[in-house]
Amino acid sequence: MNQSAVGRLKERVPGAVRSVAEFRGDTTVTVRREDIVRVAQALRDDPELAFDMVIDVLGVDMYRPEERFEVVYNLYSLKHREYLRLKVLLDEQDPTVPTVTGVWPGANWHERETYDMFGIVFTGHPDLRRLYLPEEFEYHPLRKDFPTMGIPDSLPLPRR
Amino acid sequence: MSVRTAEESRKSRILAALEDQDTTVVMDDPLETTMVLNMGPQHPATHGVLRLLVRLDGETVLAVVPELGYLHRGYEKIAEACSYHEFIPHTDRLDYLSPISNNVAYCLAVEKLAGVEIPDRAKYIRVIVCELARIASHLVAAGSMAMDVGALTVLLWTFREREKILDIYDVLCGARFTTNYARIGGLQQDWTEACSAMLRQFLGEFARDLGEVEKLLGTNRIFVDRCENVGHISREDAIGLGITGPILRAAGVPRDLRRDRPYLVYDRLDFNVVTLTESDALARFYVRIGEMKESASILRQALEGMPAGPYHADDPKKVVPQKDRIYTKMEELIHDFMLINLGINPPVGETYFGIESSKGELGFYIVSDGTGNPWRMKIRSPSANNLSALPLMLKGCMISDIVAIIGSIDPVMGEADK
Repeated sequence: MNQSAVGRLKERVPGAVRSVAEFRGDTTVTVRREDIVRVAQALRDDPELAFDMVIDVLGVDMYRPEERFEVVYNLYSLKHREYLRLKVLLDEQDPTVPTVTGVWPGANWHERETYDMFGIVFTGHPDLRRLYLPEEFEYHPLRKDFPTMGIPDSLPLPRR
Repeated sequence: MSVRTAEESRKSRILAALEDQDTTVVMDDPLETTMVLNMGPQHPATHGVLRLLVRLDGETVLAVVPELGYLHRGYEKIAEACSYHEFIPHTDRLDYLSPISNNVAYCLAVEKLAGVEIPDRAKYIRVIVCELARIASHLVAAGSMAMDVGALTVLLWTFREREKILDIYDVLCGARFTTNYARIGGLQQDWTEACSAMLRQFLGEFARDLGEVEKLLGTNRIFVDRCENVGHISREDAIGLGITGPILRAAGVPRDLRRDRPYLVYDRLDFNVVTLTESDALARFYVRIGEMKESASILRQALEGMPAGPYHADDPKKVVPQKDRIYTKMEELIHDFMLINLGINPPVGETYFGIESSKGELGFYIVSDGTGNPWRMKIRSPSANNLSALPLMLKGCMISDIVAIIGSIDPVMGEADK
């Protein structure tokens, strides 16, 4: 199913797919950043694909000179009972990606969490605030350059 | 033209003294009727530390903004500093109402990444503990939902039942609550005959006791009136928001990973996916009651079908050996040393694995760089995702319905906040 899904996606949005990886039965499709919304729309609306649920959106800090951040979209199709993973690679200088909340409203909080943890900005997001940490917090703690022990005094005490 | 009397001027002086800044309320618009109510994080009906900012017009809710993060402990960051084995106890603290199924979910995810195949007996034991966790969690959900709308008795009854499950955990792995039971490639200890006897006794009484709870609430007019037709969410909205678990099934979507993408031995067991279409708080309650009955049936089948044999995989490079063998065998001592110091070193790659936990889809996305620690671990927590439906569910309801709706979502903040 997944191979045909990838083929169908290539048909629907030509040129968007950069690479396809298979590992332990999971299919990961890396797409170009500027095409993510079109890819998302095709994945949701095409009856042969029908990926109508977004299970998760997350960031990964690969800590490499180029394309440091990955944004991973975990999708599920109720019709075909299949998972599919999308991936977008971002540079450190410009960690922005268009939001997919217009396609899957469920991406809203996941994108907020990714912004919170990695500082990846989802352009066009309706409510891009931090999900877990206070707004005053300056760092993005799941980046690899943030120490596990934390930074002293980085979490401000509540204001009176 | 009137002349001010002495009495009048004394009164106005008192009035002026009273009218200082702190006591005077200035209203721009005297007909303005909306107010903002801050509910939580320390509120008994928010099931932990959920904070809601509610905009009210009289008693009607206009808008809700949930605020998360009051229990954020940074488990995803901690995981990057732990070896794969070291993180298992942390998973207990995610969904602390069903810790044992979190252990199983995590171990299944790591086993998928590392390519470990576990023996049948371990699979059956895992199914049993997962279903026990589901019953225990749903019992708390049903009881606390009833308590939120004012029926305290049911909570005590459901906790009495849950106590019996915790007793089984106690005999099985030595801990009642933070079980830390599953291991990568197997389990901490074998299922014993004593556990079977306790489970059989529990199952013998459970149908009757659950029936009592169902009768007590289902025929209770106050409970039904409070929960019926509140917190409605449409099928399309629930799918679009990525809602999983009993809430999605109460909205008429029969999605259950146990049946749709069978893991462990669920494909060999016979059970129904309880689905209702009303999609209100009462429907969610009845989905949970129905799932408990199905879980009891699964438990009976799994107990009958459990084969004899080893309870962990024979894979010394991945599975931590038993203590008695470490103390007596040289090779096992070396393996233990290597596993504890260097870890299991799965191949470079990334996998996602999700199970149907009591709250919904609990998944772990793990990125491995080939070393003993995960490079990145993302916990897909069902509670956080289900809570994102709150603004939609609460819009237009009465303020007293808020607690019933939160109770019907059954969030666990340990999991939602990670």
